[in-house]
Amino acid sequence: MVFYWVVGFILLVIKLGAALLALLLCAAYLVLAERKLLARMQIRYGPNRAGPFGLLQPIADLIKMMAKEDVIPEGADRMIFRYAPAVAASCAMLIFAVVPFGNSLTLWGYRIPLVVTDLNVGVLAVLGLSSLGVYGVALGGWASHSKYSLLGAVRGVAQMISYELPLGLSLVPVVMLSHSFSLVDIVDRQSIWPFIFIQPLSFAIFFVSAMAEIKRIPFDLPEAENELIAGYHTEYSGLRFGLFFLGEYVTLVTLGSLTAVFFLGGWHGPFLPGVIWLLVKIAAVAFIMIWIRGTLPRLRSDQLMNMGWKFLTPVALINIVVTGAVLLMISA
Amino acid sequence: MYTSITEGVRGIAAGFAMTLRHLFRKPITVSYPEEKRPLPARTRGAIILTRDPDGNERCVACYLCSGVCPVNCISMQSAERDNGRRYAAWFRINFSRCIFCGFCEEACPTLAIQLTPRFEMSRKTPLDLLYEKEDLLVNHGGKNSDYNYYRRAGVAVTGEKGTHIGEQPPVDTKTLMP
Ligand code: SF4
Ligand code: SF4
Repeated sequence: MVFYWVVGFILLVIKLGAALLALLLCAAYLVLAERKLLARMQIRYGPNRAGPFGLLQPIADLIKMMAKEDVIPEGADRMIFRYAPAVAASCAMLIFAVVPFGNSLTLWGYRIPLVVTDLNVGVLAVLGLSSLGVYGVALGGWASHSKYSLLGAVRGVAQMISYELPLGLSLVPVVMLSHSFSLVDIVDRQSIWPFIFIQPLSFAIFFVSAMAEIKRIPFDLPEAENELIAGYHTEYSGLRFGLFFLGEYVTLVTLGSLTAVFFLGGWHGPFLPGVIWLLVKIAAVAFIMIWIRGTLPRLRSDQLMNMGWKFLTPVALINIVVTGAVLLMISA
Repeated sequence: MYTSITEGVRGIAAGFAMTLRHLFRKPITVSYPEEKRPLPARTRGAIILTRDPDGNERCVACYLCSGVCPVNCISMQSAERDNGRRYAAWFRINFSRCIFCGFCEEACPTLAIQLTPRFEMSRKTPLDLLYEKEDLLVNHGGKNSDYNYYRRAGVAVTGEKGTHIGEQPPVDTKTLMP
């Protein structure tokens, strides 16, 4: 009994380590990819000095961030100021724990599921953690004792709460179709038809709300550079700023993988192994987000709220009703 | 309503097509240390003290450049030669303060001080940016190589009116013709 427990524990640690490492690497190189792609869209080269094709740029950035002075502004709430970036980054990383990245592996007769934890309420965990991420923004902005940070935080909280709703509602049809809250089951359900073909509307709502959730252009009001300097992380520097930054890109990877899991069939795909398919799908989602960032201007605050409350939420609700009715008709 | 929707969609699609097209274009960036763009002759960079066509120093140590300099980075000491002409005994520009505004060049009556397109003059310490007269003085006339101050000014006028270099013939007040 103890033997199984120990083996299980070791396996868990290995999986955790591998997933975390892969996630951080993905996030670091996503930053580079984003800078490169944005640059090419603006007919520039982008970072190309550190290493061949600028491939060492993430490492250079890391060293730079660590070497910078960690400034805590006067009048800041020191403890909250220190912990807020950690909240933002760890919430982003924890979501990845429920994402399955392959079929279960059989090693020496043991069945090893390729997911850190197969929670039976995975979808709820995802939504809960992404809501908790709001605290990083809110506390960071509040504790900075600066008007720009506070304005950014207020905007961030308003935006994230408004878009949480359509985000959650757009996942309800997925749960209805797969009869499960577990991400592993959801992926298994899509082995033939990814849900994007069955629920394109849900996919669109999820994608838009996810983009608002991670505060990217055109929804980057909380850090609107030309109005708020850098929004909620204006006062942060050094590694703490790095954590906010990292959290943002980890969320991008996680949301890419969640989009893949919920709508694009997760790790399912012909010919290639599951992990590669998942990576390809994450990269595709990330590319589209970068493309959008390179193309669209920022929305106005009221347009953002209007879109969330008056358009996405009602459409998502109607979508749920229609899906339910169709499911009932099929089963009857 | 319908046309406004199609118009909006078309507008957004055009934007996305544009960024996608640019993704495959060759960047127009000039990669600076490897490629250098030829700069216009009047670019305001490193400062030189020029000489007139006879090879004499043009600077007459009038202090005008030093006076006009907004950051007070030019200092000098005037002295007099045996023939009574003034020159700068020493002349110093502190390039760690110079903002390359070009006012000194505008103020100089003898076209001695001139800004050149050379701009790569960064050093490790500010002290290395103190340029003395020896560092500034060059052996050519810069942008106006045939200008000689002492042929125009400071010489006795012996010829007829309007015959001096650069002088206009006097206006004939008896006629209205231009
Ligand atoms: S360029 Fe401007 S700042 Fe520099 S020495 Fe001349 S007057 Fe002074
Ligand atoms: S450089 Fe020109 S303005 Fe300056 S002291 Fe010499 S003559 Fe005068």
